[in-house]
Amino acid sequence: MSAVMPPAALDAAPAAGQRRALWLALWLLLASCALLVLGASVGSTGFDSVLHAGRDPLARQIVWDIRLPRTLGAWLAGALLGLAGAVAQGLFRNPLADPYLLGSASGAALGGAVAMAMLGVSPTTASWLAGLGVTSAAFIGAAGAVLLTLVLARGVQHTLRLLLAGVIVGVVLSAARDLIQVAKPQILESMQVFTMGSSAFVGWQACALMAGSWALCAAAAWALSHLLDGLMLGEATAASLGLPLAPMRAGLVLAMALATGTAVAHTGLIAFVGLAAPHLVRSIARVTHQWHVWLSSLMGAVLLLAADILARWLIAPQELPVGVLTAALGGSYLLWLMHRRTLAVSL
Amino acid sequence: MNTVAVSARQISASLQNHQILHGIDLDLPQGRWTSVVGPNGAGKSTLLKALAGLLRHARVQGQVALLGRPLAGIPARERARQLAWMGQNEAAAEDLPAYDIAMLGRLPHRPWMAPPSGADHAAVQAALRTTQAWDWRDRPLSQLSGGERQRVLLARALAVQAPVTFMDEPLANLDPPHQTDWLHTVRSLVAAGGTVVSVLHEISIALQADDMLIMAAGRIAHHGPCQDGATHAALEQVFERRIQVRQIDGMWMALPRV
Repeated sequence: MSAVMPPAALDAAPAAGQRRALWLALWLLLASCALLVLGASVGSTGFDSVLHAGRDPLARQIVWDIRLPRTLGAWLAGALLGLAGAVAQGLFRNPLADPYLLGSASGAALGGAVAMAMLGVSPTTASWLAGLGVTSAAFIGAAGAVLLTLVLARGVQHTLRLLLAGVIVGVVLSAARDLIQVAKPQILESMQVFTMGSSAFVGWQACALMAGSWALCAAAAWALSHLLDGLMLGEATAASLGLPLAPMRAGLVLAMALATGTAVAHTGLIAFVGLAAPHLVRSIARVTHQWHVWLSSLMGAVLLLAADILARWLIAPQELPVGVLTAALGGSYLLWLMHRRTLAVSL
Repeated sequence: MNTVAVSARQISASLQNHQILHGIDLDLPQGRWTSVVGPNGAGKSTLLKALAGLLRHARVQGQVALLGRPLAGIPARERARQLAWMGQNEAAAEDLPAYDIAMLGRLPHRPWMAPPSGADHAAVQAALRTTQAWDWRDRPLSQLSGGERQRVLLARALAVQAPVTFMDEPLANLDPPHQTDWLHTVRSLVAAGGTVVSVLHEISIALQADDMLIMAAGRIAHHGPCQDGATHAALEQVFERRIQVRQIDGMWMALPRV
């Protein structure tokens, strides 16, 4: 806090908001720790592997090389998607903007497919370099798709046009991805994992890549959060506050594309986490974007990790692709949100 | 004599190949309140944006000077401290508390990513008290009525504490008592040496300003003191003689001509 503390009565309002934000952050971190432990103990061999990890090399391998990286990977992918969602919603001043509806997730998947077809790799055997290659291709795909959506929608002013353009871009890019699959049937299996969304193939390398990307994107989003605040008052007013719109916007679009691209490159298409996380945060703590981007990121991480553990546990020893689960849960949440909005308007 | 706060030379602006402003020259004196009026589509808002350097999607020609310096040469943050802007229909339904909204007005004063200082808190409190919005400082904007919201947004602009303040239709959604309050707010800003330029549709309120800038079809139809007979004549002229300017209790008012 600042050295010059104002009298207590003076900043009662923001202090209350920030206290709530702090509590939420604390709870989310606690939930993350609990879920990480839970994630390490859920799997086909159950909790036994954790107990015997000290003595049994096989059990140790299961916990250390399979469960822990994929658990951490689900957390990181959720953090990336939640961050991308918060940035997209602020940047486009649209509560429905998320990496999915803007087509950038489809672009990332197409980029990933192109990289896999060209490099001849699958997520299961990915080496460091291949992982980096797929991630970069997904990033380029995500950034390209967002720009395409923006061009088609002729800017961000018109909500319906923006969402429609995003859906169209998503469909067209998915079709292009299908074409690549037909041309290169050998990537079919890895692509299936990719399109349904799963944390099953996340190893330590992928975790390191995602962690690096998350640190970069979160720092960028945090540093540019004043633009997201200013944009709430409209473009002209944001510019009147001395905020350089064009470069800050470009930086935020790149951060969003990198976050989406990295998450999609390693865990495939996982819908609605980016949409739901910022909404949930806003319904609990109303704070400026400086806090909001971090909280949304943590919320996305907790949501996706919880969904991943659920997907692994529901029909154990088999497992559901987590993307299917989030699509079902997130879709219901979106429907409920729409229903509530129509009610609020008609009242 | 008064110095010039904002001056413009040969300002032309076109939006999508449609010319909206046609070579406008003007000098707005410092320490006075100028109201900009005119029929719909006369280019009032476009002129205000051009003078503030906020026209992004239009082709603008001509020179604007703010407090004696060419506007284009002033760094964005410094300009933001010199010129406060309040636009039309700012902020859609938002979840931020009124206090945080008003604090956005302090962005040009705060070092990058630094938390608000004591001076920032003091400025926000003063602004919110001025517009009588202090009581709902912790309520989110989405829970406020149109008029209450407008007062929060006015406080946001006041919190900038700039020597020059531009407002585009600041009275939208304000009920008559709060229109009066707004009048007092502007008067005290001007009394403290500030310069205010406001686009107004409420002609009777606009007539309480020091000077009036009357626009028609992208040109200045008249620019003169509000007390002046020539201004009143030009006003009746530009509104096709469907209003009349009369003095009631020593105040000039615009009334419908029936």
